[in-house]
Amino acid sequence: MTEPRRAAVIGGNRIPFARAGGVYAQASNQDMLTATIDGLAARFGLAGQRIGEVAGGAVLKHSRDRDLTRESVLGSVLAPETPAYDVGQACGTGLENVILVANKIALGQVESGIAGGSDTTSDAPIGLNDDLRRVLLDLNGARDLRGRLGALRGLRPGQVVPDMPRNAEPRTGRSMGEHAAITAELWGIGRQEQDELAVASHHNLATAYERGFFDDLITPYRGLTRDQNLRPDTTVAAMARLRPVFGGPNGTMTAGNSTPLSDGASAVLLASDAWAAERNLPVLAHVVDAEVAAVDFVSGRDGLLTAPVFAVPRLLARNGLTLADIDLVEIHEAFASVVLVTLRAWADDEFARNRLGLPGPLGQIDPERLNVAGSSLATGHPFAATGARIVATLAKLLHEQGGRFGLISICAAEGQGLTMLLKGA
Amino acid sequence: MTNDTVRDLSQHPLAQRLGMPRIPVLRRHEPGQALLDGPALVSEGPLAPVVRAVLTSHGAAEAGPEGHLAAIVVDASGARTLDDLASAQQILTPAVRRLGRSGRLIVLGPDSAATVGTAAAVTEIAVAQALEGLIRSAAKEVRGGATANLIAVAPGAEAALASPLAFLLSARSAFVSGQVVRVRAQTGPLTGPSPRIAVVTGAARGIGAAIATVLAREGATVIAVDVPAAGEALAALANRVGGTALQLDITAPDAADRLVEHVGARHGRLDVLVHNAGITRDRLLANMDDTRWAPVVAVNLAAQLTITEQVMAADLLSDTGRVVAISSTTGIAGNRGQTNYAATKAGVIGMVRALAPVLDDRGATANAIAPGFIETEMTARMPTATREGARRINSLRQGGLPVDVAEAVAWLGQADAAGVTGQVLRVCGQSMVGA
Repeated sequence: MTEPRRAAVIGGNRIPFARAGGVYAQASNQDMLTATIDGLAARFGLAGQRIGEVAGGAVLKHSRDRDLTRESVLGSVLAPETPAYDVGQACGTGLENVILVANKIALGQVESGIAGGSDTTSDAPIGLNDDLRRVLLDLNGARDLRGRLGALRGLRPGQVVPDMPRNAEPRTGRSMGEHAAITAELWGIGRQEQDELAVASHHNLATAYERGFFDDLITPYRGLTRDQNLRPDTTVAAMARLRPVFGGPNGTMTAGNSTPLSDGASAVLLASDAWAAERNLPVLAHVVDAEVAAVDFVSGRDGLLTAPVFAVPRLLARNGLTLADIDLVEIHEAFASVVLVTLRAWADDEFARNRLGLPGPLGQIDPERLNVAGSSLATGHPFAATGARIVATLAKLLHEQGGRFGLISICAAEGQGLTMLLKGA
Repeated sequence: MTNDTVRDLSQHPLAQRLGMPRIPVLRRHEPGQALLDGPALVSEGPLAPVVRAVLTSHGAAEAGPEGHLAAIVVDASGARTLDDLASAQQILTPAVRRLGRSGRLIVLGPDSAATVGTAAAVTEIAVAQALEGLIRSAAKEVRGGATANLIAVAPGAEAALASPLAFLLSARSAFVSGQVVRVRAQTGPLTGPSPRIAVVTGAARGIGAAIATVLAREGATVIAVDVPAAGEALAALANRVGGTALQLDITAPDAADRLVEHVGARHGRLDVLVHNAGITRDRLLANMDDTRWAPVVAVNLAAQLTITEQVMAADLLSDTGRVVAISSTTGIAGNRGQTNYAATKAGVIGMVRALAPVLDDRGATANAIAPGFIETEMTARMPTATREGARRINSLRQGGLPVDVAEAVAWLGQADAAGVTGQVLRVCGQSMVGA
């Protein structure tokens, strides 16, 4: 085994994200992930090449997509000798994949790898009614006609009702938005600051498009050339007119300051410096470290989407850094309120002492350094696709600025939070 | 791409019984294909050894006194007098009767430009020019998809002659007829490092995609460039040809910098720069406005000028560097409703003529290709009658294919095409437009 080394981020690719039921309504996760891998291959000349591994996944997955990523690789222009696997960690799937591939590169187990993910809420799996499924399994297991007839006697009219995927936490029955609304209220997050954050996200994304920033990060797909959710001209006044969708009639969370259901896929190319140098490929940034945290949201002690609040102090401490050392911060905008809660918690003295075990607040983040090329409120958020989108975006931003540190924070369902440190190259 | 029903119907015996002229099916390049599908007649002359060496290296046989000919190569490079001209005619007349389908009639003539300025040379120049008239008429007479072209050979161009000769003999020049190619002694090497590094703008579809494909077939590593909005098709093309996709709006202020930075970082040099991207915004001059004029100039001419300038400033072009710009027969002849387009396409011709002597120092070349009627998505949308008319007004009585343009580009992109520079090669089947 070689000495650990830092994995390099070479570049990324994603398809523009579409709103649920939009342009990609007929596209499967496999279609989107394959197109994304092919776009990445075209950017870096990987057609026919064997890559160390491809780590992908989707949060909403059909049973036929058991080996979604491997199937996508086989359908792509990559060499069929490229291994692949699926990972599932809710909205953290994409970033977890980056961590896994980067670690294998760090250990010298692979020289190159692709990490990403795909999600579609348009082509979401709908399960058979559980009772019906039981009947059909019994039918399949019956040895003779008598047994089969017996099994069929279990059929009931109500079993035609399918099992729809729900945006609810299994242990609390609350939707993610409801959870976020509770946390937002607890921290006193106001409506206007959420709307302002959402507007900034749209404006930042639009500006990045205008300057050609995404020319080498996105490949159009099915006629879509930009994120369908992007509203370049939106204003705080326009946002203010939307009615609350979470937190009751007096809630602060609207369709404007919450991410829409969306479809899309993304991927990043990671490698050792040597692999990149052999191919004259650019190194945008290096993966410095990553930390994943989880919180006890079931008892209500912590908010469902607050795990990154705990992960980042541990990540910074391990690397001898403070928030002041971080030049660019990417906090996944699941909801504007999640970003604001995260910032508030890090700036809170009492919280720092009582919950983070710090002598004082972690620190403040200048809005000028936060999600500077837009984030999920504007791009949309196909769950497993968000991690690689953010890694590629931040790596390129850091590369533009020189060798500075960047921080990624992604909240996920089930009370988990994934964070990563990148350093620009 | 081609959907030429008239040509297809004309192959039918019934159509011929009805007196319908057969529209030839052109012999085009296929992998592993021989240079010629039959023997070649070679006339004696100072360049005969070069001609024979080209034939031999491609496994082509010389013809006997009878039978069909796949090619005729007449060396009139020493023609100085009217008697010399008559000699060429006397060799050609019996030979042309034997020329087979998709045959090649090639006359090697003296380069009149090389002798301009001396009083004694007046007759010589007249004779050299006479050969052009001869070949242009012969191109209109040969049948069955045959072509006729003249190579004007400057003194000392023996080594550089092999490349244009092989191209014009081969099926790669299927839609090139009635043209004059001038070849002079190369100022740089005839071979370069492999693979050749090529940039093709407007590569996502149509002629650009064909250019990328043929360059890749010839062994080049292709950097396929097109606007970000065309990225999906661009990526598919890049993967198909084993190259890379670079999404770039070439009219952006920093486009040339980004292109130069990209090519420099990834490859360290550039061997073939193909300016293919082009748009049309047709409107009569009386109704022309800036929304139609400016974008056409920006894409078709300004970007070519800026990118070429930046590539040269960055010293990226190798000593077998080839700049190939796509012009148009419209740039030569003009076209109603296309003052903007024609201005840019004529401008491109001026650009390569001016570039050529500048590039001589580093051994590089610059040439333009002027396609005529080429069957593309754009021409498929033309009204049927208009399209049918446009297809037939050339000596081969059909539209060309994107691959025909691509073959010419790829040839001029070769290292061994070092003796051809500052020229405009029409790929038009000898169109009557701009003749």
